[in-house]
Amino acid sequence: MYPAYLEESIHLVEDTRVRRLLETMPSLDEMGKNALLKLYHPDYIEASMRQLQAGVNKGDSTPVELADLLEGNSRINPDTIDPSKPDHNVDVLVIGCGGAGASAALLANEEGARVLITTKLRMGDANTVGAQAGTQAADRPNDSPAIHYLDTMGGGHFDNIPELVEVLVRDAPSVIKWLEQLGVNWDKAPDGTMHELSGGGTSRRRLHSARDYTGLEEMRVLRDELRNKKIDYLEFAPAVELILDDRGQIAGAVLINLETEELVIVRARAVVMTTGGIGRLHIQGFPTTNHYGATADGLVLAYRAGAELVFIDTMQYHPTGAIYPLQILGQLVTEKVRTLGAQLVNISGEQFVMSLEPRDIVASAIIRECRERQLGIGTPTGETGVWLDSPMIDMIRGEGTIARELPAMVRQFRRHDIDITRQPILVYPTLHYQNGGIKIDTEGATNVPGLYAAGECTGGVHGRNRLIGNSTLELFVFGRRAGRVAAQYAKAVKRGSPTMEHVRRWQQELAKVGVAGQRPVSPRLLPDYVRRTHGQARQAA
Amino acid sequence: MAEQARLIDIYIMGRRCQVPEGLTILTALEYCGYRMIRGCGCRAGFCGACATIYNFKNDPQLRYDLACQKTVEPDMYLVQVPFFPAVKALYDLEKLEATGGKVLSLYPDLVKCFGCNTCTKTCPQELEVMWFVSDALRGDIREVADKSFDCLMCGLCAARCPQGLVPYNMALLCRRLYGRYLTPVSEHLEERITEIEAGKFDADIEELKKTAEKELRRKYTERDMEPALEQHWE
Repeated sequence: MYPAYLEESIHLVEDTRVRRLLETMPSLDEMGKNALLKLYHPDYIEASMRQLQAGVNKGDSTPVELADLLEGNSRINPDTIDPSKPDHNVDVLVIGCGGAGASAALLANEEGARVLITTKLRMGDANTVGAQAGTQAADRPNDSPAIHYLDTMGGGHFDNIPELVEVLVRDAPSVIKWLEQLGVNWDKAPDGTMHELSGGGTSRRRLHSARDYTGLEEMRVLRDELRNKKIDYLEFAPAVELILDDRGQIAGAVLINLETEELVIVRARAVVMTTGGIGRLHIQGFPTTNHYGATADGLVLAYRAGAELVFIDTMQYHPTGAIYPLQILGQLVTEKVRTLGAQLVNISGEQFVMSLEPRDIVASAIIRECRERQLGIGTPTGETGVWLDSPMIDMIRGEGTIARELPAMVRQFRRHDIDITRQPILVYPTLHYQNGGIKIDTEGATNVPGLYAAGECTGGVHGRNRLIGNSTLELFVFGRRAGRVAAQYAKAVKRGSPTMEHVRRWQQELAKVGVAGQRPVSPRLLPDYVRRTHGQARQAA
Repeated sequence: MAEQARLIDIYIMGRRCQVPEGLTILTALEYCGYRMIRGCGCRAGFCGACATIYNFKNDPQLRYDLACQKTVEPDMYLVQVPFFPAVKALYDLEKLEATGGKVLSLYPDLVKCFGCNTCTKTCPQELEVMWFVSDALRGDIREVADKSFDCLMCGLCAARCPQGLVPYNMALLCRRLYGRYLTPVSEHLEERITEIEAGKFDADIEELKKTAEKELRRKYTERDMEPALEQHWE
């Protein structure tokens, strides 16, 4: 239920609704977009960034929260670990089990590799399940992979790595089919035609959805298939360090049992890194849509092993995070709400941006509306945001559309006595996605022999801004490729002797540049949300 | 701000704690010093990791919800639900038939359902669990797929079923059968895959890859936008 003082603004939103139904906001031209981004997008706040002083990307800028961890100290003492005495010995180790990890494990298994998955939380408790809106694939007659390519490059400000985008758009339709063959239920018409929607920055209707539970539907099917295929997995066992051999190739990883804090040594011929995102680092203090374990671990591990990172200075702030009520602060209000027709409006009920611009543009426009123009709406807990006018959807597309298309959103707000079929939603940008990450080629290979990566922990395919529905797509396209190729590599590779030498070298480098004493241990593993009370003796996390 | 809110009493594993009004069960646990390892996942109501059971000081009736979504109320008794094992049938989807008989043979305990409706009362997503169990018994896979669609697979229904049924895993089997065998094929998807394999778009993509950035920007700005609203929206 909204507090009484917001009624006046809600009335203005209602009064202007019919007029706004006919009102089209023009799309911004390129100059307008660039000016908006430079002034209001959080990526452009220089004080939030720092240059790395150690490692492959020395000199590159990245948010201070990530810089601290990339320059962090190892959690292990390499002298006390004997990597030649493994607890598990496999061909392919998959680190992380969201959509990318599950796809990689299934394809590596299909290639005949012995696969072990290890994951920080439970299998499938990943950002994938929170992806609501859909998965892009250019499969309608008026669409083509080339148009999908152009949309993706434009959304990423033409900085994307073209070869990766090409693979993304080419593989997309076959990925949709692969998922359906595994039993994913896509939204379809009775004649089999896919029910597809537009999203911010897409020039065609291209989003394949499963109500507003798309990622959940994809993940629960893949997880079930992993179990049917009897692929081994460890839960609550994140990796804390990679193991290399004396030839500089990947040789496995050191894991930690989160409950017993025992270390677990895994010997593997190839490793696929699918650790996902970064939201729980709360870059610039933003709330996040991300799951509890999204702490950039994969970037830290790969970086320390010598893998190159790209685009680590750009994050995605999803334009519409919930800001009211407090219980769901920062949680995702899916872009599908705008896709279905809801507009963004200010305190006076006026539109201020075309609602289906790419995400970085919409987010910047909301920040401008609240900070510069002071036309945002304040919540009782001190947040400021704008209205997302959800009730319009049923006016445009017919009564019952919201209930049918957005059951998760209806349910989430109904818990707090807000009926989104009748009342608008209060939103503000929330930290959603890391655009950059580990540099890969079209098969998911990194510059470290035997180390593959896929999904949100990689960078390049989205350039400086990811489009809606390209993230779930990326998981399956590159997860499948990385899994298959990692299995083939594992068969062919000549193994050397495993060592922890690279960790020793890393610590020496940190000491040499003089930052070792100032940096935390990393990877972070989990955020710390525990309230500290006085008189409480507690070990540092 | 949270510090200014009214404090309420809750009980965590029997211990009385005071927390500000407006926290969720999950954030209340963290407020009281508990660092989560298990029982915490997406923190947004999608993964089912934080399925939880609670009751009230003077009301023994058990209630069920997601800890990340449910707001704490005065005199709540909270526990952390440990790992709960549940049966999952192993199968090769490619070798199954989409029939009720097949579902029943993989989940034979279905016939033990005596209609107590505990599963429905337990579901934090408010799904009609018992109804889709009876749909499964009748062999109506399509109905099971539809009614169970919003299932997060938190497992509470199976944890509470006095007859040991596992509705959430059974329903997943039905949804997979439905997606694999019972939905009509998308002709346009099949065609597009064939076209891509035949190289129909190779030249177009190659040309875009070679296009200089300035020209690519022009093409992007001038591309035609399909209206977001479909012509024949049902």
